[in-house]
Amino acid sequence: MKLTGAKILTESLAREKVEVMFGYPGGVVLPIFDALYDSPIRFILPRHEQAAAHAADGYARATGKVGVCLATSGPGATNLVTGIATAYMDSVPMVAITGQVKTNLIGSDAFQEADITGITRPITKHNYLVKNVKDLAMTIKEAFYIARTGRPGPVLIDLPVDVVMQEAEFEYPENINIRTYNPTYQAHLGQVKKAAKLIKASKKPIVYVGGGVIIAGASGELSEFIRKTNIHVTTTLMGLGAFPQTDPLSLGMLGMHGTAYANHAIMESDLIIAIGARFDDRVTGRLDHFAPGAKIIHIDIDPSSVSKNVKVEVPIVGDAKDALAKLNKIIQPPDIEHWNGQIDAWKKKYPLAYKNDTQTIKPQYVVEQIYEATKGDAIICTEVGQNQMWAAQYYKFKKPRTWISSGGLGTMGYGFPAAIGAQIGCPEKTVFDIAGDGSIQMNIQELATVAVNKLPVKVAVLNNSCLGMVRQWQELFYKKRYSHTRFKSGCPDFVKMAQAYGIAGMMITKKEEVRKSIDEALKIDGPVFLNFIVEEEENVFPMVPAGEAINRMIEGMA
Amino acid sequence: MRHVISVLVENKFGVLARIAGLFSARGYNISSLAVSETLDPSVSCMTIVVDTKDETILEQIKKQLNKLIDIITVMDFTKKEHTDRELVLIKVNYAQKEKAKIESILNKYVAKIIKHKGETAIIEAVGDQEQIKHLLEALGKLGIKEIIRTGRIAMAIE
Repeated sequence: MKLTGAKILTESLAREKVEVMFGYPGGVVLPIFDALYDSPIRFILPRHEQAAAHAADGYARATGKVGVCLATSGPGATNLVTGIATAYMDSVPMVAITGQVKTNLIGSDAFQEADITGITRPITKHNYLVKNVKDLAMTIKEAFYIARTGRPGPVLIDLPVDVVMQEAEFEYPENINIRTYNPTYQAHLGQVKKAAKLIKASKKPIVYVGGGVIIAGASGELSEFIRKTNIHVTTTLMGLGAFPQTDPLSLGMLGMHGTAYANHAIMESDLIIAIGARFDDRVTGRLDHFAPGAKIIHIDIDPSSVSKNVKVEVPIVGDAKDALAKLNKIIQPPDIEHWNGQIDAWKKKYPLAYKNDTQTIKPQYVVEQIYEATKGDAIICTEVGQNQMWAAQYYKFKKPRTWISSGGLGTMGYGFPAAIGAQIGCPEKTVFDIAGDGSIQMNIQELATVAVNKLPVKVAVLNNSCLGMVRQWQELFYKKRYSHTRFKSGCPDFVKMAQAYGIAGMMITKKEEVRKSIDEALKIDGPVFLNFIVEEEENVFPMVPAGEAINRMIEGMA
Repeated sequence: MRHVISVLVENKFGVLARIAGLFSARGYNISSLAVSETLDPSVSCMTIVVDTKDETILEQIKKQLNKLIDIITVMDFTKKEHTDRELVLIKVNYAQKEKAKIESILNKYVAKIIKHKGETAIIEAVGDQEQIKHLLEALGKLGIKEIIRTGRIAMAIE
């Protein structure tokens, strides 16, 4: 059967079981939008292409499926760039489809032309410019396969307008064979045995878990491993939810704003079992002082993550689920009673805490109340900065895919559109965007998208009238010279703004109103915008100054 | 230390840009680069010479190259028996009084004059890095006007 390229695209997306896509129309994608008019695929129209990319990303993180976004050529495509880079840094499976000018105009500086494959080359796992309609179906098949397998990531497909208008015989390929791409899933048994031996012999081990465990769906295997060995677990920002933080063996997050006990434990350990984590600088702090007495076992599906920043004794390249399952079969518990006692002592001595004795609202308190009101079962999206760190510290994540935050790239403006994607992917879940008054204004236009689609996303702005994290650094390291970080004037009345979109808005200024407002928001079957006026100069503690060893923390109140 | 890496890639547009982009984005230096089609026209071979003392950087370069979808294989010749060659074009002063000296130098190497006009000649030389270094040193004493090098290509015997 002969179909146009546009029709081949929508048919192929259906074959890939795409249920929803996020996109924005434009000149050269008109044929695609015409085909979408008849397609059963749900289409969400955000108010900015950047939000389309973040929403596709949030959808992917919440569901584990590939997120799909679509934009026109030139500015449409370049507006996706931040979203694609965000997904790339956090290994999120995404297919981004962009329109392109006609093939014979490429390179002529045509209207709305941008070399988007060139621009996105370093921020995609792979990208394609399709020059012949006959290659289209196979390209889509490959793109989805590459996006979701191995270490996942975004793949971009650039489609010139003449290619989507031409016809070709349509047959969706059944099989795929990319000779140059064959990710390793099976962990090498010999390496696993070496790891088991090291673990058994260790005196002070710690398990350090990253987002890879969530991507691999290996939380069950991880829990079994922990039950068998009794080793404490710390997670990266991306790993939150991989292991229940309510478990006594959980140490919460480590690193720059990690718990003191997690940082002390990893620094003093003699063996680090790293699973799906990449020893990012926010985790290791000063690298040459990091965990000086520790040997490292590193399980990761991406060989280039292994021995990149730290020297690894036992590398295990493969799927975290497979590696842990193999390890669980042979593992013998180490003798670590004394060490675990030491960690428990650190937990008692340096608890995660803040002073909650004022009448003003503490941002940490808001997060705690959201945690209690949602019983820890909500999907929490965040923006970037203090809001993100407080959410990471004070919401106790129990399950994978309930924490959605831009870790690697640190993208302000990410959380709100990501929450839209998460809510669409998980309609039965409560979805919060914990935001700052700075970040929320970076994609505030998406109030329209939640209103139009009646998405019950709850936005909780921790409004401190400033760009809190940068202000905190200025306070601590730049002699309180608050250069362009105060939002005293110019901040809109968020309640009125929400109402202008037909969304319920509340401003909360008193501590005793915090819980009430959250409970009320949860009762409303629709979007709610909560504007919490919080203490302006509250800081995120503990904090490891950039370039310091991670046990050299600035403590808040402990 | 210079390392010769041979990379087999899909012969498609944009692949060179991917590789060049990877090197620049991660701050690795390319000393030389030679690209051409192989026996199989769907495959190109890129011989990349990188200069690094750090073994971990060399490892990272290889791993990052392997990660690119269009790359078929990455071979590091550092610890492998191989032969490498480079072609150099050398423009020299070919005045009457220098002729005999140049001829005697060229006789010692795989090098010959391929063009001359007036008092200028172009020498073509092929050799490994040592040979080319010595040739250039010898000719350098007589005065070299310009050189162009292709970059190394390398091949393993097995």
